[in-house]
Amino acid sequence: MAEPIVQVRNVTKIYKRDTMDIPVLQNISLDVPEGEFLALMGPSGSGKTTLLNLVAGIDRPNNGSITIAGSDISKLNESDLAKWRARHVGFVFQFYNLIPVLTAYENVELPLLLTHLSKAERKQHVEAALSVVGLADRMKHYPKQLSGGQEQRVAIARAIVTDPTIIVADEPTGDLDRKSAEDVLALMEQLNQEFKKTIVMVTHDPQAAEKAHKTRHLDKGELSQN
Amino acid sequence: MKIPLSYSFRSLWTRKLTTFLTIAGVALVSFVFTAVLMLANGVKNTMVATGSADNAIVLRKSAESETLSIITFDEADVIGTQPEIAIGNDGKPLMTKEVLTLINLKKHGAQPNDLSNVTVRGVTPDGILLRPQVKLTSGRMFNFGSSELIVGNEIADRFDGMGIGNTIKFAGRTWKIVGHFDAGRSGFASDIWGDANQILQAFNRQAYSSIVMRLKSPKDFAALKARFEADPRLNNLKIEPEKQFYAEQSQTLANFIRILGIVITVIFSFGAMVGAMITMYAAVANRTVEIGTLRALGFHRRSVLGAFLIESLFIALLGAGIGLLAASTLSLLTISTTDFASFSEIAFGFTMTGPIIISTFLFAAVMGFIGGFLPSFRAARLDIVNALRSA
Ligand SMILES: Nc1ncnc2c1ncn2[C@@H]1O[C@H](COP(=O)(O)OP(=O)(O)O)[C@@H](O)[C@H]1O
Ligand SMILES: [Mg+2]
Repeated sequence: MAEPIVQVRNVTKIYKRDTMDIPVLQNISLDVPEGEFLALMGPSGSGKTTLLNLVAGIDRPNNGSITIAGSDISKLNESDLAKWRARHVGFVFQFYNLIPVLTAYENVELPLLLTHLSKAERKQHVEAALSVVGLADRMKHYPKQLSGGQEQRVAIARAIVTDPTIIVADEPTGDLDRKSAEDVLALMEQLNQEFKKTIVMVTHDPQAAEKAHKTRHLDKGELSQN
Repeated sequence: MKIPLSYSFRSLWTRKLTTFLTIAGVALVSFVFTAVLMLANGVKNTMVATGSADNAIVLRKSAESETLSIITFDEADVIGTQPEIAIGNDGKPLMTKEVLTLINLKKHGAQPNDLSNVTVRGVTPDGILLRPQVKLTSGRMFNFGSSELIVGNEIADRFDGMGIGNTIKFAGRTWKIVGHFDAGRSGFASDIWGDANQILQAFNRQAYSSIVMRLKSPKDFAALKARFEADPRLNNLKIEPEKQFYAEQSQTLANFIRILGIVITVIFSFGAMVGAMITMYAAVANRTVEIGTLRALGFHRRSVLGAFLIESLFIALLGAGIGLLAASTLSLLTISTTDFASFSEIAFGFTMTGPIIISTFLFAAVMGFIGGFLPSFRAARLDIVNALRSA
């Protein structure tokens, strides 16, 4: 079997509030093979978001290493890490986090501005990504002209438009009604099945977890096999 | 710059009111800044227009201005014999021996006891000939040998009792106003003119103030100056090209206006900068999650810094544009002030120039940069995880 694409090794994360240490993750290790759709579950405050942020390279561990597709991201400096994220990570947030002053098209194009693609090439990619999420006809709409489910689908288009190594999703259905949540989950499943995307998804929702290949539970800073 | 400009501009547009108010603040400061520079420039232009290129002026060495200068009749006679002076149609040297005095007159709308100094310039017959800017607009020229006066348009328009046919009293005589003249943008427009000999007699003065002469050629100036310096009878006098003399006269006043104005606008500009800063801090606070998202997507700190600085620079430059536009309407206006060299009334216009436009935009850009820097820096320094959690 090939190397796991995500290798979290003995990671500890401690937040400091004033002089108090708040240990959130203790000696966590996690492997995610390429092409896996992993659900991370656990009670609120158990550190799911923290672990996801570490894997996504927007936070740093106090101890341990995180290797994604062969590179140890805990060793990268600020600027290289930003470049690394642009190249390797697709983000899906609970509250979509679209830029309100940009249209659906422009929101999806945003990560491509960090590549060397020409305007015409960017257009191709954006249109393809919006077609995948079924919103090619909403390109000119601003986020506030879209429903929550549509916003999340635009956000998913933004996450896949650069063809990243992994997609990280933090409670992607947490703010959606049942129907929209099902659409979004179906889409995530499609990305995994059809486009072979590796997905790490934090969720509270057992129905969401069902779509995943595998579920891991995080509790009291420790990860249990399921 | 990877974050698109449209992001910055549209973000400004979403908070129309605060953006508008901030622009208005910068516009106000830019307006004052521009107006002051335009006035300083107007002063300079007025004074330079007062001189003619082929005229030279003689004053006492110690005198800072024409009003304070004394040239004795003997000295005047010596000057009249210099060969560099052009000869008029009458076969005599083209020169005017002038005497300047100040009289008190009341401006329109001023209190009866609130009088302003006005320059009365006595000229000899070549005085008009040597000042091509001076043109009679109504009435007639005064007669030499009589107590008649002609009044410059800036004085005629601004002071009581300056109509043709009116009389004014000074130096124990009654003088009759017989004409009005226009002097373009030159300082003569703020003069009253009469016969030098009449004015000398009335004031019982034994000396002229200044002598202006036409040179055969402007190139003769060096030779004439050398002769002046060599001649012991002219030792106490100085000779200068007329244009240079008036330009120097304006320098003090122009500099004073410019420095005072800049000090005031710089003080005002703190208000505008604080305004821009508050606006930009609010923008950063409102858009914390957006900033976190942009950073997560891989935009660098410096891109975020740039995007926010552009917003604040845009506010500043738009404000400068509006301020400049408003100030440019001032060029239709004339204001009067005291010329500090002579302490007499002199009227100026506001003159817009290319360098003023550039200075205003630069000044505004500095305001925008300083006002926007700290907030933009904060935006760039935000911790990604904390920014995203602030949803
Ligand atoms: N920046 C921070 N400073 C201090 N404590 C934090 C910070 N971020 C998260 N925490 C704490 O870490 C714990 C785990 O948070 P999180 O990873 O968001 O949990 P989950 O996503 O599972 O709900 C919580 O107790 C939270 O209060
Ligand atoms: Mg969470």
